[in-house]
Amino acid sequence: MQSLRRFVRTLVAAGAAAVLVACSGGDSSDGEAQMADGGDLVIRGAGATFPKPLYDKWIDIYGAQTPGVAFQYAGVGSGKGIAMFLAGKDPAGEVFGGAEIDFGASDAAMSDADLDEVGERGAVMVPMTGGMVVLAYNLPGVEDLTLSREAIEGIFSGDIKNWRDERIAATNPDLDLPKRTITPVVRRDSSGTTFIITSHLAEAFPAWRDGPGAGKQIDWPGGSMAVNYNEGVAQRVKVTEGGIGYMEYQFAKRLGLPMATLQNKAGDYVEPTAAAGSAGLGAAPEVPDDLRVFVPDPPGAEAYPIVGYTWLLLYQQYPDAERRVALKDAILWGLTEGQPIAEEMGYIPLPGDMVRLARAKVDAIQ
Amino acid sequence: MATNPFQKADSASSITRPPSGGERGTDSVFRGIAYACAGIIVLLVIAILWELGKQALPAMSEYGLGFWYGTTWDVNKEVFGVLPEIWGTLYSSLLALLLGGVFGIAIAIFLTQDFIHQKLALVFRTIVELLAAIPSVVYGLWGIYVLIPVIRPVADWLHTNLGWFPLFGTDLSGPGLAPAALVLAIMILPTVAAISVDAFRRIPYKVKEAAYGMGTTKWEAILKVMLPTASSGILAALVLGFGRALGETMALAMLIGNANQISLSLFAPANTLASLLASSFPEAGAVEVQALMYAALVLLLITFIVNVAGLAVQQYTVRKFEGKQ
Repeated sequence: MQSLRRFVRTLVAAGAAAVLVACSGGDSSDGEAQMADGGDLVIRGAGATFPKPLYDKWIDIYGAQTPGVAFQYAGVGSGKGIAMFLAGKDPAGEVFGGAEIDFGASDAAMSDADLDEVGERGAVMVPMTGGMVVLAYNLPGVEDLTLSREAIEGIFSGDIKNWRDERIAATNPDLDLPKRTITPVVRRDSSGTTFIITSHLAEAFPAWRDGPGAGKQIDWPGGSMAVNYNEGVAQRVKVTEGGIGYMEYQFAKRLGLPMATLQNKAGDYVEPTAAAGSAGLGAAPEVPDDLRVFVPDPPGAEAYPIVGYTWLLLYQQYPDAERRVALKDAILWGLTEGQPIAEEMGYIPLPGDMVRLARAKVDAIQ
Repeated sequence: MATNPFQKADSASSITRPPSGGERGTDSVFRGIAYACAGIIVLLVIAILWELGKQALPAMSEYGLGFWYGTTWDVNKEVFGVLPEIWGTLYSSLLALLLGGVFGIAIAIFLTQDFIHQKLALVFRTIVELLAAIPSVVYGLWGIYVLIPVIRPVADWLHTNLGWFPLFGTDLSGPGLAPAALVLAIMILPTVAAISVDAFRRIPYKVKEAAYGMGTTKWEAILKVMLPTASSGILAALVLGFGRALGETMALAMLIGNANQISLSLFAPANTLASLLASSFPEAGAVEVQALMYAALVLLLITFIVNVAGLAVQQYTVRKFEGKQ
């Protein structure tokens, strides 16, 4: 069965890669990033696709500075990232050929139930950056769509079916919206991005909380297209007129998709900009000891409404000293010098306090 | 008394003789290999069924028949049903069969019934068969970037003007049933055309001469004599083409829209069993894998039923049109 899985994965990857190459002009889309050859030490991690562009960039830059250590990151989705972290490798034996991984990554952190399964090596969750989940759409001729909270909920619950719906027209009086079916594009795989947007909807709408609910994988209404990975959503929106999908900012920007201006809790309309994202994340309540902070519906007039942190999942103990030091150095670099790079790429740099707390966590790893 | 001309050949030390031991040996070895190969194929089918069944068993006992008519696929709540996928699989395949079948048979008639020169016919046939060599990923990409933009205005016009008709009930946003069925039709075209051509070729030339001799026109000969005579072969072509359409994966995963819904509209996104398997399998957890195995079993069963039904119809036509028992 493993070989069958591998075969199917290869087929799907080939298809997805072909599509991506065709529509992003040959951007790297391989699922696994690799840098620095000739190094003896290879540090591997896997998980969320949401921060993958950033991690790839960091690996590029940091890898070039540190000969002798190679980093590899596979974007397999948050759900699978957690599963791989708990198993210490890919249980299915595909990613990295089943080799052991040194860290995981997730946009939904780990649940208490997940933490119970970690065992004696212990787990540490370190937020590396924040991000905005944007709603990118494909409506020829429409560049600056504005959506109210009700409209977002209506679109993704399947309640609003046409772009001419009055709940959309109400916030876009100047736009000539086409009479076209709305096709929501959602994630099929277990995803932290899904977790972030469904948490927002569940927080903002009791009906959503009791209905579809919040989670890494939920049952979306019938008419929505369900595809794998952030890349997949972006690509599908790109080819679907009338499509609207949620994805991390960078993926929409890469394909040149327009992103909607959204209404936040205070009732103001904000565009997905670095400042708005920081305002959103900055509205976090008190940071708990394990650094699991969620901001499902940030207050504040400037705040972008759908934001979240993304975490690295690390073990509390690394028996191999060389490996431990290399990994810790790299993460500390990401927490400090890596932050301006994150900002350049449309991610939200960590607030100063958070960096301090995160460093303390990393320092405590043995 | 007349001499028997065969007498001499028979009595002389001729080339006819009983087979030698070595020849008997070769013969039985070859027969053994043939039996073994046939047996391996049967064993392979059983092994696939066994393996699928074993892994699907937990899901089968859990969801039972409800799996067939359930419409949700919710991994979180562990509720699984494949009715939308069964619907999408059959709908897209039937549409493809309709289009691909008509064009495939038309091509076969064109190539075999003296419309063009033999050599030219060979060139055309090769071109049609080349379609079978194109990888399905390429078909998928072609569908997304070429076909969809081309048919979108047509689809939108149909929807705007004939929107009351259920088949045109929605507009075409992008990936959906219509582009998927069109690409599928092109993909099964070579299968249908090539086997139909062979079916027409098998008809003895005398049959056509007899038809002309009785004073039929060209089209009467084709429609009333040639087509019925070739019908069992053509049906075999259609069954094969349909089977191919049912199982086609990659191009459909890219084109059908992956939406878990049942819609009559030709332009709505849908999903098929094969594309559900392809897109969910790599990311599936343990429980979902069992459900997916069950879905694979459902697909296998549908294909099996289609083939058996096709065979039955084929035998009926052999009796009716070809006068064989």
